[in-house]
Amino acid sequence: MSAGVELDGVTVRFGNFTAVKNANLDIKGGEFFSFLGPSGCGKTTILRTVSGFLDPSAGHVRIGGQDMAGIGPNKRPTALIFQNLALFPLMSVADNIGYGLRVRGQDKSTRMKKASELLDLIALGGQGDKLVSELSGGQKQRVAIARALAVEPKVLLLDEPLSALDLKLRQHMRNELRAIQQRVGITFIYITHDQGEALTMSDRIAVMSDGVIEQVADGATVYDQPTTPFVASFVGENNPFNGTISKATRHEAVVDTGFGKLRGRNPADLKAGDKAILFVRPESFKLGKGQADASLISNVINVAFEGNMTHVFLKGATKKNITVTVGRHGGAEVPGQGDSATISYDPALGLVLPEGKMARE
Amino acid sequence: MSSRTLVFLIPLIVIIGFWLMARYESRVAHDPTHKSYWERNGTVLGLTFIGLVAFWSLFLVTLPYLYMVVESFHPKLPPAQRGGPNDFLTIANYKSFFVNQTDGQFNDTHMYAFRYSILVSAGITILNLCICYPLAYYMAQSGTAQKVRLLLLGLIVPYWVNEILRSFAVKLILASNGLLNSSLIKLGIIGPEGKIDFLLHNTGMWVGLSYANLLIMIFPLYNAIESLDKNQIEAARDLGAPWWKIHRDVVIPHAKPGIASGCTLVFMLAAGSLAAPLLLGGPRTLWFTQVVYDFFFQSFNWPRGSAYAFILLAACIAIVLGMLKAFNVKLGEAIK
Repeated sequence: MSAGVELDGVTVRFGNFTAVKNANLDIKGGEFFSFLGPSGCGKTTILRTVSGFLDPSAGHVRIGGQDMAGIGPNKRPTALIFQNLALFPLMSVADNIGYGLRVRGQDKSTRMKKASELLDLIALGGQGDKLVSELSGGQKQRVAIARALAVEPKVLLLDEPLSALDLKLRQHMRNELRAIQQRVGITFIYITHDQGEALTMSDRIAVMSDGVIEQVADGATVYDQPTTPFVASFVGENNPFNGTISKATRHEAVVDTGFGKLRGRNPADLKAGDKAILFVRPESFKLGKGQADASLISNVINVAFEGNMTHVFLKGATKKNITVTVGRHGGAEVPGQGDSATISYDPALGLVLPEGKMARE
Repeated sequence: MSSRTLVFLIPLIVIIGFWLMARYESRVAHDPTHKSYWERNGTVLGLTFIGLVAFWSLFLVTLPYLYMVVESFHPKLPPAQRGGPNDFLTIANYKSFFVNQTDGQFNDTHMYAFRYSILVSAGITILNLCICYPLAYYMAQSGTAQKVRLLLLGLIVPYWVNEILRSFAVKLILASNGLLNSSLIKLGIIGPEGKIDFLLHNTGMWVGLSYANLLIMIFPLYNAIESLDKNQIEAARDLGAPWWKIHRDVVIPHAKPGIASGCTLVFMLAAGSLAAPLLLGGPRTLWFTQVVYDFFFQSFNWPRGSAYAFILLAACIAIVLGMLKAFNVKLGEAIK
């Protein structure tokens, strides 16, 4: 059983500081939905508002169509997985999992039955008598999920639960989480600052910055068609070229940048004379000359060989270097440090967006 | 050799024992990278440290106690007969707590005072726990920093006033013509004839004893609750627990060592306190420490006084250890 979560004009203020500004969202039942943003962007505040630990200063949170105003966290059909997991260290694994049922007055045999079912689900069958401290990081992780699932929530809220794990385990747990979500079929709302996690697991992602939801879309759309400079610069690597639009049609715009005129798509329908930023992804660049208004020349500052690919860093118009990613078997010869190199891109892969706030490096 | 001389030998034997153990240890588990005590501190500082610690622990703590233990096994004698043929080892002083030496009857007066002191001390401990737990929880988990500081100030400042003065202040408030009675009469809650004799009913003693030990209960509790991760509380709440189940299942189990530590201290101090029961206790109240005090300073019967003191000490230790065992707290956790 799953329920959708609706944020209707949700604003959360702490004194003079507004942590979340007018968030409007409709998360569908059974969806794996992620909030992605740098620390301090308000994503945890949204999660705490949905779980009931915070009351919105304005607006409404609805879960399964029901307004949650005045309903405490212990009465909501949500379960929260904390960043540090917050397992009860003095209880056994099975008691941890059964705790939600215990406070609901279920007897011991029901609790133990449920706990052993969930332990099987998280592949820890028969380990219910262990203490939490005897488990490894990944196992604790799964116990926290089982504890949350035991109360059969309609919405599971996860607050950067993988951030304490090492890289290998984190990647493994991504698949695990996705698999568990598909098995139990409830709504997952996932908070992360790690775009890899958001892109691999989510059905949809909301990218947040300074309390504002910048864009809501599936991973590929967020990556390929960002709507704001923040999203373009925060999700994945991107090369920005600031300038003024010299010519614009409904589909394309030419930006007068520090590297001359460069062309790209114009989804925001900018007009000539507007300040704009052209974004080109590192993997969209090719070594060698291309179309006249989609090529530029600069000096190679550094070359970093990474095995399956090579990053070539060229001197940019500002402090930020231009990054070009060349595949291992791309054909073209990788220039050396200090060389002058010509690079080009397909204008359809360039994206012109209005000037605005960028993600911090 | 008399038992009194033996007392002075015991510390010497213990010191030699420790020295031999240290020698053995350094021979068996010698770590060449480890610098010895003398290498680290030098001779002068090393001797000073050892000398100060030895003086404090031997002359100020161990020997006086040991001397009192020995004293409690001797009869009360005039100075001229000490060390003479009448100065033999005896358990008469301990026996006299249970049975009157003169008529062979049970020593009801003293046993009653003992029982009463222990029970009231236990009561004070429970009362203090009930008062301090919410305060400590508020200070550790829910109060804002500024309010907590104010509260702490409010708790600590009254302790600048000495205990005797504080006891008299409580007495003034609770006296039959005191502040509380006259306020109650003015408010019309009781009639002028219905004055309540708080002091006779030992209310003053309970108030005084609880108040004197308030901070001693609060700080261990505060320390224990403060170390609890807030997320644990929120996790329990998120899983559906109402507030009292959060306390029962998460906060109290976590704070158990702190609770044990606070209760131990308050119980020991209450049972051993003298001023509050003496000044605030009703006329019918006899606190056990008063009995001990009277043996020392009224009848100059040091042997019997020290025997009684050790009975109290032994009982308190037994009760505390029993409690720790019952609540499954290790002694090491409780004195952390």
